[in-house]
Amino acid sequence: MESTQQHTSRRDFLKWSTFTAGGLVLGFKWSGAEAQTAEVFAAAPSAAPVAMNHYLSIGTDGIVTIFSPNPELGQNILTSFPMIVADELDADWKQVKVLQAPFDKRFDRQLTGGSGAVPHSWPLLRKAGATARAMLIAAAAKRWGVPESECTASDSFVIHTPSGKKLGYGELATEAAAIPVPTTVKLKDKKDFKLIGTAVKNVANKDILTGKPLYGLDFYREGMLYAMIQRPPSFGTKVKSFDATAVKAMPGIIDVVQTQNGVAVVGKSTWQVMKAKKALKITYEKSGNIESSADHDRIFLEQLDHGKAVVKRQDGDVEAAFKNAAKVVKKDYQCPFLPHNPLEPMNFFAHVKEDGVELVGPCQIPGSARTAVSKLLNIPEDKITLELTRLGGGFGRRLYNDYVVEAAEVSSLVKAPVKLIWSREDDMMGGTYRSAMRYRFEAALDDKGNMIGYKLRGVGMNDNNTTREHNFPSGAIDNLLIETINNPTPITTGAWRAPVTNFLAYAEQAFIDEVAQAAGKDPVEFRLELLEKVKAKPVGRTDYNVNRMIDVTKRVAERSGWGKKKGVFQGFSVYYSHRSYVAQVAEVVLEKGKPVVKKIYAVADCGQVVNLGGAQQQVMGGIVDGMGHALYGKFTFKEGAAEQNNFHNYRLIRMKEIPEIDLFFVDSGFDPTGLGEPALPPTGGAVANAIFKATGKRMYSQPFLETDVFTSTSGKKTF
Amino acid sequence: MALFKLTVNGKERQVDVEADTPLLWVLRDSLHLVGTKYGCGVAQCGACTVHMNGAAVRSCILPVSAVKSPITTIEGLSENGDHPVQQAWDEVDVPQCGYCQAGQMMTAAAFLKTNPKPTLEEVASAMHGNLCRCGAYHRIREAVLVASKKK
Ligand code: FES
Ligand code: FES
Repeated sequence: MESTQQHTSRRDFLKWSTFTAGGLVLGFKWSGAEAQTAEVFAAAPSAAPVAMNHYLSIGTDGIVTIFSPNPELGQNILTSFPMIVADELDADWKQVKVLQAPFDKRFDRQLTGGSGAVPHSWPLLRKAGATARAMLIAAAAKRWGVPESECTASDSFVIHTPSGKKLGYGELATEAAAIPVPTTVKLKDKKDFKLIGTAVKNVANKDILTGKPLYGLDFYREGMLYAMIQRPPSFGTKVKSFDATAVKAMPGIIDVVQTQNGVAVVGKSTWQVMKAKKALKITYEKSGNIESSADHDRIFLEQLDHGKAVVKRQDGDVEAAFKNAAKVVKKDYQCPFLPHNPLEPMNFFAHVKEDGVELVGPCQIPGSARTAVSKLLNIPEDKITLELTRLGGGFGRRLYNDYVVEAAEVSSLVKAPVKLIWSREDDMMGGTYRSAMRYRFEAALDDKGNMIGYKLRGVGMNDNNTTREHNFPSGAIDNLLIETINNPTPITTGAWRAPVTNFLAYAEQAFIDEVAQAAGKDPVEFRLELLEKVKAKPVGRTDYNVNRMIDVTKRVAERSGWGKKKGVFQGFSVYYSHRSYVAQVAEVVLEKGKPVVKKIYAVADCGQVVNLGGAQQQVMGGIVDGMGHALYGKFTFKEGAAEQNNFHNYRLIRMKEIPEIDLFFVDSGFDPTGLGEPALPPTGGAVANAIFKATGKRMYSQPFLETDVFTSTSGKKTF
Repeated sequence: MALFKLTVNGKERQVDVEADTPLLWVLRDSLHLVGTKYGCGVAQCGACTVHMNGAAVRSCILPVSAVKSPITTIEGLSENGDHPVQQAWDEVDVPQCGYCQAGQMMTAAAFLKTNPKPTLEEVASAMHGNLCRCGAYHRIREAVLVASKKK
């Protein structure tokens, strides 16, 4: 089994398809409605499979080829999608070849985002595999003259059970292709899965580990030029004028052109362009608000105190509850903007020609990238091809296609094939950041420590809804008010791994911990009491399944020996996001008076685990990511410009700082739900609550490293 | 522009570039050896790590004019992709996005030559300079230990 990245044109792709002639070729549509019927069809070997979207093929040599359509950015979809098909097909995994499908608008949901790919495609992929299996069995039964019911399939063979006769899939492929496609097929019982649920290695390992050109930045085309853009360093400014005379005379520089967004330098090599870009003389002028982080701090307070909020949810009589409260807890939590920093910076190849546009590179939503380029150049979409490369990380940044559009713009201006590259500084200073946010939570407790009232007011920058108003603790509290306020800013913002919940979860879970303390109750018990209340009779709408939430909570408490350990300080957190449930307990010790996170227990219920190895990576990576940004992610603006611009002044978590992780997946019997994001949101809260146990100090803002728990003992920061 | 002679992965190569061109861009743009990655350009992430005379160096800040010894990149770490580090990386199934992994492996391979039987803490210290944005650190650390147990 091996994988190959397709670096071929659409034409090559079709040619490649006809190479498989003689075998069984199945295509299936991905779109929502059609997905239900999983329209599957067998193509005559000679017919060019133009009408097909995604397909698997079986060659006469027995090689099963499975196309995986979604962008691969480290979530391991290139392995898990084909595993699902192959399992239902009963294919021998060693004979499976995986290809990244080219972008084709007939694919549905050919994108990476929202932890939604596996949940969305699960029934389709299974049906595709099962349908091919049924046709292979029918072909074998026909050849043997036996009833299909006497045949079964295993490891790429059809077996006639009574006689023990066997035929390989390769031998049957051509005949199977002539069998009418069954309209209904039986899917496997979960207990019969052979691949699904096991740890299958990343199909791209060999290519990655030997340095093959897989990523957008690795793409090369004879005659292409390299381009970089100097964008205004401050949000709220634009280019007024520039002088490129000196730069144009620099070695290797072909052209300097103004773009919508800055000044592009185009040349023969990356280094020449990088140097020339630094030598550009550009003056900028004001085009909008020029903001600093201090302005945001002020705006947040003003808005929380006096701003006009949109009510997202209201249950009961909140004012009365707070008036009658024995105790009120009121706390604010704030986070900074955050850059995504995928390790491969933004880049894209574009060649705008007379008769169309060729695009190659890494992006999370190829469909919208193509639409954006079509709009910019006024070229119809069907004249634009887009080939996906592997993505060196995404984290949400590559949902935005600004860099794809830039590549096309520069190519059209200089009339040449161009690879546009962002430097790390460009990436950090021109990001589509996680918005800074501030939350104000208020809880009303009665004299028995029951939470009788709850208020949440969130304010974000360019973020329309800062809340997840139907998540926990909604449903558990009779009187509740959730409001959001949006504040516009010229600083570009967008989705960042686990949008909104990447900070909201921490704030909420840290707050509930503090409320439990005020109520004189154990933090886990306090949450379980609330959840039991939801279970008995939920107040209004709840988006989460309360039983699954209770289950992960109890399990993580048990696995971590909650409340029973000496010498470590434990903090608990649980969160529901992207349809999955993750509970965590963080363990902190004090070293030289400072808190150090030593271990994190995680229990995840993401329904059926597809690839155990990949699932572990997603959860462990999510925890490392969540902890790293909660502790270290300091990102500030001064007069519209980011003050951190590379890894020397923007700290990311590194190996010596990672905690031990104890991870358990619940076998809940549900279909698979998201996993690329859900492990991240709970981590900040678990860590904050453990730090509180260790130091008596609550964490009210991120990054924690800026709080006096870390700075006071020596007066010096550890970084 | 000037001519520079280099030995890369055992082969003599000649490039015509400016003297201050970092080895990283010579490898990537001039020699089309793109296994070595750009992540920061300021010696902070380790994605560009290669071997010079067997020692790990950050090719993003090493001008081609300062390269006087043979260079090994990920493409030359082994002939068939079976260096103990590469084998261990596959066995442990390390890569997520994979972008940092060439740099991680080059750092690990050079480190294991100087410390063939490291402890977990020694591995973490040696690998601390290599960023993995996907957070694959647990498996990277495990893979270095697995590699140290191979012949
Ligand atoms: S690119 Fe050289 S250390 Fe980051
Ligand atoms: S695997 Fe993605 S940066 Fe390390």
